[in-house]
Amino acid sequence: MSAGAPTVLHGWGRTSPSVATVRTPVTADEVAAAVRGAGDRGVLARGLGRSYGDPAQNAGGTVLDMTHRRGVRRLDVDAAVVEVEAGTSLDELLRVLLGVGLTLPVQPGTRQVSVGGAIAADVHGKNHHVAGSFGAHVRWVDLLTADGAVQRLRPDGPDPELFWGTVGGMGLTGVVLRAELSVRRVETSSVVVTSERHGDLGEVMDALTRLDHEAEYSVAWFDSVSRGRGSGRGVVLSGHDARLDELPVAQRRTPYAVPPPRSVAVPLVPPVSLVNRLSGRAFNELWFRRAPRHPGTGVEHAFGFFQPLDGVASWNRLYGPRGLAQYQLAVPHDAAAVVPEVVAAVAASGHVSCLNVLKRFGPGTPSPLSFPMPGWTLALDLPVAPGLAGLLDRLDAMVLEAGGRVYLAKDSRTPAHHLAAMYPDLPRFAALRRRVDPEGRFASDLARRLGLLTPTPAREARP
Amino acid sequence: MDATGRPQSLLLLGGTSEIGLAVADAWAERSPGLRVVLAARPGERRDAAAARLEGRGCRVEVHDFDALDDGAHVRVVEKARAGGDVDVAVVAYGVLGDPELAWQDPEEAGRVARTNYTAPVLSGVALGAMVRAQGHGVVVALSSVAGERPRRSNFVYGSSKAGMDAFYTGLGEALRPIGGRVLVVRPGFVRSRMTAGLDAAPLAVGPEEVARAVVDGVAAGREQVWVPRPLRPVMSTLRHLPRPVFRRLPL
Ligand SMILES: Cc1cc2nc3c(=O)[nH]c(=O)nc-3n(C[C@H](O)[C@H](O)[C@H](O)COP(=O)(O)OP(=O)(O)OC[C@H]3O[C@@H](n4cnc5c(N)ncnc54)[C@H](O)[C@@H]3O)c2cc1C
Ligand SMILES: NC(=O)c1ccc[n+]([C@@H]2O[C@H](COP(=O)([O-])OP(=O)(O)OC[C@H]3O[C@@H](n4cnc5c(N)ncnc54)[C@H](OP(=O)(O)O)[C@@H]3O)[C@@H](O)[C@H]2O)c1
Repeated sequence: MSAGAPTVLHGWGRTSPSVATVRTPVTADEVAAAVRGAGDRGVLARGLGRSYGDPAQNAGGTVLDMTHRRGVRRLDVDAAVVEVEAGTSLDELLRVLLGVGLTLPVQPGTRQVSVGGAIAADVHGKNHHVAGSFGAHVRWVDLLTADGAVQRLRPDGPDPELFWGTVGGMGLTGVVLRAELSVRRVETSSVVVTSERHGDLGEVMDALTRLDHEAEYSVAWFDSVSRGRGSGRGVVLSGHDARLDELPVAQRRTPYAVPPPRSVAVPLVPPVSLVNRLSGRAFNELWFRRAPRHPGTGVEHAFGFFQPLDGVASWNRLYGPRGLAQYQLAVPHDAAAVVPEVVAAVAASGHVSCLNVLKRFGPGTPSPLSFPMPGWTLALDLPVAPGLAGLLDRLDAMVLEAGGRVYLAKDSRTPAHHLAAMYPDLPRFAALRRRVDPEGRFASDLARRLGLLTPTPAREARP
Repeated sequence: MDATGRPQSLLLLGGTSEIGLAVADAWAERSPGLRVVLAARPGERRDAAAARLEGRGCRVEVHDFDALDDGAHVRVVEKARAGGDVDVAVVAYGVLGDPELAWQDPEEAGRVARTNYTAPVLSGVALGAMVRAQGHGVVVALSSVAGERPRRSNFVYGSSKAGMDAFYTGLGEALRPIGGRVLVVRPGFVRSRMTAGLDAAPLAVGPEEVARAVVDGVAAGREQVWVPRPLRPVMSTLRHLPRPVFRRLPL
């Protein structure tokens, strides 16, 4: 393990960087030593830094880069379970799994995520409406807690509170060292994808609702720039794992083929954001036009379907020195009307988001800080620019009014006093932390910013 | 500090400065529940400032602070940190002094030089230690265009600001690798208590304009700003004028 050097860390959005002492423990003993040796600013595990804001930073404290603790420990093909080190990337894991005809039951929009990060954020994928989130497929975790001890936790005990607090717990209950996951058998590494273009947001939402019962995977991209009649027009993608007989004949001999790791990258941060009103407008137009006017079905590699952005490394640099803010909200079904309101507010604001995703969530997990709730989720990628804070504050107000929440893994700016309303189980999480980490050893910039270490009561924002 | 450049806590060293308080107002409007720590000499002005910020929804803490007390800088920064991280600290105190006395009377000369240079250096040392401990933090230093080219009319003040400006420019470099940022602010003539009774110079601004430049500058990650902006080219020109020409200008 390295002695630790002061290192500037930021999230994928490249906003609010801070400096921490980064250590690279591999063994459980090394992790325990680093946790015990942490100073008064505490300690935090970090995976691949794909959260957008500040959850994987711990300014002035210690950060444990877990990516040196990687690899598949045990793979039981018949039982479809895999035991894996927490620092393993989903990319690495999927390449191993697909080699034997298995896949992950939940895949986020990038494979450059560690198993530990996927658990800590309880990530979701395009099949949330049928499969739930990542935490629902974790059979156990080995958690190293503040006292340096390692416990094997399962969803139904021992200590289910701590298991579910760790799922979605953003690294604040301890360090996940290893986990066992349930995986799924597939006949191929491809997905049969149907793409439909819809002229407005209402149609997009109707299509997604219908697909709840028809499709294993469903997601929509929508236009966040156009106003009036075409407002929220979009492309709805749905699909299922391709069966062998659905593959083109030429591919049937290598049904589990995977493309080699990518190589293209954005080499440096341009002095200003290349994502601006002009390019954003063009992107929104292009993305819509790219989809066939009439529904079309084809076979696509799972990597391209689940992680279309992974083809270009460091694309976040395109957003320039001020970086980007992700805004992902979830609202209950009965507040579906918030979705078009949000889209209209963004379109009217002049702020341009390119990667606008809409999806329906199924039931959540028992985790107090997990994001998904039955209803709608909508994500926006916004370059940080003057006036953005005001727009996002207005969106917060709509989300709160609807009884919804924002996703902590993507948050970089939510005012602390909104948190209790967004996450009603916050007191339960605070109590858990008092029990397992009474000295508050585990800390992060996100936790400090949102008052997760010392919860602040909900407060009316001043008019 | 959030992704949009909004602080959650603000420390004003010189907590009664009109410019400093305008900065607090500007952020209070953008960050509901902002924690503001006023480090200032006790008195009515400080009480009034605290009451007004509380009225605007801020959580206000007040600490006694005399910039001419060498030990006060570290002490007050530690007190501010005890209540949580400091996202932004503004070094706002300063004195104009009596320009003619200041180059002839040792006491006045010492007061101006110490308040505007030695004390800010000590504040900077304390804030540097704070940044190192926190792993983040923005320092805003209220310098002045008067430090860019000393004028006959107030060169003691100008020289003290020149030194302060150079110190904070260097501090910005020193803090970069440990997570800190410094914004050096160079206003021209600001209509405030400090300049009350003086004839406003061309391009004079109000404290709110300085505050806006600070808020925008911090959000944009700038390292120096002139207020108003056109002063930058103006000062650049003035700096390069030959002395016989500069001498004759009515400044
Ligand atoms: C392009 C892109 C697309 C994305 N798409 C999706 C999506 O579709 N669905 C979705 O849910 N999310 C998505 N995300 C978000 C991402 O999946 C999460 O932020 C995830 O947590 C990142 O994992 P990481 O390994 O990079 O963790 P980091 O960002 O390094 O850390 C995230 C959190 O996990 C904690 N953590 C990491 N490792 C451990 C450990 N070993 N033990 C304890 N805590 C740990 C950290 O403390 C931190 O709080 C996307 C992100 C990007 C950049
Ligand atoms: N006004 C301008 O034209 C102008 C232009 C450029 C730069 N600046 C700079 O901007 C800063 C703020 O000025 P301002 O315009 O806001 O004037 P101001 O309202 O007079 O503020 C100056 C502050 O300094 C404080 N101060 C002076 N000596 C102190 C000491 N020993 N200990 C603690 N506090 C002390 C004063 O506090 P008390 O209330 O206790 O007296 C006062 O609040 C100053 O550094 C100034 O040099 C001003």
